[in-house]
Amino acid sequence: MRHTLAVTVENNPGVLTRVAGLFSRRGFNIDSLAVGRTENPRVSRMTIIVEGDDMVVEQVAKQLHKLIDVIKISDITRNAYVDRELVMIKVHAEPSARAEIMQLVDIFRARIVDVGPKTLTIEVTGDEGKIDAIELSLRPFGIKELVRTGKIAMLRGVKNSAKNNSQKEEDVK
Amino acid sequence: MEITVAEALVRCLEQEGVEMIFGYPGGAILPVYDALNNTSIKHVLVRHEQGAAHAADGYARVTGKVGVCMATSGPGATNLITGIANAYMDSVPMVVITGQVATTQVGTDAFQEVDITGITLPITKHNYLVKEPEQLPAIVKKAFHIAATGRPGPVLIDLPKDVAEAMIEFIYPKTIELSGYKPTYKGHTSMVQQAARLIMKAERPVIYAGGGIRISGAAPELLQLAETISAPVTHTLMGLGCFPGKHPLCLGMLGLHGTRYANQAVTECDCLIAVGARFDDRVVAKISGFAPTAKIIHVDIDPAEIGKNLRIHLPIVGDVKNVLRAIQPLLEIKDNTPWVKRVQELKKEYPLQYSRDGLLKPQFILEKLNELKDDSAIVVTDVGQHQMWAAQYLRFAEPRSFLSSGGLGAMGFCLPAAVGAKLGAPDKDVIVIIGDGGFQMTMQELGTAAEQLLNLKIFILNNHRLGMVRQLQEFYYDKRYISADLQFNPDFAELAKIYGMEGHTVTTEEQLEEILPQVLASPTSVIINCMIDPNENVMPMILSGSTISEAID
Repeated sequence: MRHTLAVTVENNPGVLTRVAGLFSRRGFNIDSLAVGRTENPRVSRMTIIVEGDDMVVEQVAKQLHKLIDVIKISDITRNAYVDRELVMIKVHAEPSARAEIMQLVDIFRARIVDVGPKTLTIEVTGDEGKIDAIELSLRPFGIKELVRTGKIAMLRGVKNSAKNNSQKEEDVK
Repeated sequence: MEITVAEALVRCLEQEGVEMIFGYPGGAILPVYDALNNTSIKHVLVRHEQGAAHAADGYARVTGKVGVCMATSGPGATNLITGIANAYMDSVPMVVITGQVATTQVGTDAFQEVDITGITLPITKHNYLVKEPEQLPAIVKKAFHIAATGRPGPVLIDLPKDVAEAMIEFIYPKTIELSGYKPTYKGHTSMVQQAARLIMKAERPVIYAGGGIRISGAAPELLQLAETISAPVTHTLMGLGCFPGKHPLCLGMLGLHGTRYANQAVTECDCLIAVGARFDDRVVAKISGFAPTAKIIHVDIDPAEIGKNLRIHLPIVGDVKNVLRAIQPLLEIKDNTPWVKRVQELKKEYPLQYSRDGLLKPQFILEKLNELKDDSAIVVTDVGQHQMWAAQYLRFAEPRSFLSSGGLGAMGFCLPAAVGAKLGAPDKDVIVIIGDGGFQMTMQELGTAAEQLLNLKIFILNNHRLGMVRQLQEFYYDKRYISADLQFNPDFAELAKIYGMEGHTVTTEEQLEEILPQVLASPTSVIINCMIDPNENVMPMILSGSTISEAID
């Protein structure tokens, strides 16, 4: 099944290679990996989406936890969490088709961020279902280019899936 | 006063209590060598960098201290790799220092440049490329801390030449911050209690002990546990010496070439207590047939080992010594008489055996050696048939007395590791058991041994073959022997003499028995070239796909 891992790491050079290396060694293809600094500049947070057998993902998570630069890792797949992804889509848009495209953009609460002679560039954020839906709706017009940031995720409510200042904690269920 | 980073590195090593470095100089590491001019740390010049890593490994295994090795950039660093991987697989604490081209040249394919931190990523516990001169002291302190604590392992420090030559104000930090590294030493209280209950309920317990016992110094606790609950103890290759080999409860090694009685006891037990072992595929064989009727308790400091290969009923993450100490007061004395009797029967029913047919048998050599060797003697083996025979036939009284390349199974480990072992324990006899194949992989280290005036007793079990390869080809490839014969071997006894050592060749049991006492008492190194039966196989053996109870003899 698909797992969503929230990983906080020390913001050191090479940390991405170390983390990615563990997945590739076990033959995992990472579906998406998003990484960026947290409110603490010395700490980065990764959201990793990976497909794999529960037991094996759990073992990889334990091995990730062993990396010196990894502060905390949580498999939040089975918890309530919000996730978002930002996608930019450059779609073919003849003047005759523009109105229809802009209507779709409205429906999905997306935004047009650039207009070219024959194209519109659309920015959309949302969860996976929404992104898939807008991509499907725009496909008939001709998608010229599509780029996505990768998913980021956060637990709902008061629970934290990451501690950015304090010590490592066993949280791999 | 400002000093160079290279000098600071040497000061750091002194602060960490390093007494010996195994290394080989070269361009990029020369600033550090220059700084060794003014220190009490001894530098042992090996003959190949692989030897430096294995020697540091052997030194660490016998002393329990962090082994240190050093090499230059590029080929110096790549030559260390087998030794680093070996230390990683067997959890040996080691700090590896490599020279690197100047930071301005890093990443440009400069002369003798390799990305050694990239290359060693999966075979080190952690590694560092020192980019800022001021970082060095803290990095060294972290490296030693990481190498020696938790589940030990090698840590590499890559030091660019310009950084090594930079000047810094030297202060060795008292504390370090590693927010992502907090090993668990204490077992979870409720898990410990549950384990004690499970152990008390068991009627047929078996203890399965691994290298973690040696690392955490838990041999006395293991002995106490076994005697309290009358549980037979089997051990892994790495666990050899952790439980007294002559103890009536000792079952010897389990697994692919383990004793049949150990494997049978594991198959019949109702509670398997795994301590500091990792259910390696060479131990478990077919997973479904391993301890099928047992509740399994697994104690290990590394949470990633628990449940990796096998379903565990009761996991305890913690330092083995700590956990055993916590469990002990919760136990009562048990005699398990029927089970202990059953195990004694198994020992009688399935003894280790070999046939005597006039040829010189490797098992015979080891039996004789076992009778005559000092109890405190350290035995170092290489990898292959001789390694398994040594593990089966030699008995050890204490941990850190049997050194072998377990996880990686690296031929060539033995001779340099023996050099490190003897330098680490100069008062103990060091006996080398090695094949003619593995000997020739790193025999250049005879030079190091001679230079350091070491006294090693080197038994080459010479069958003119890569015996284990030949055995595998016999069983799995229809006896098609491809490249299993060493058609040319030098005269090893003569080779000994060239290096200023004693050399003997023995071809019969009588010759061996005659020569053995004088050889062991000799004040110099001796090579005993033993011409053994070339067709002898390691038995028992569990064929691929079988369970551990289905060994063949």
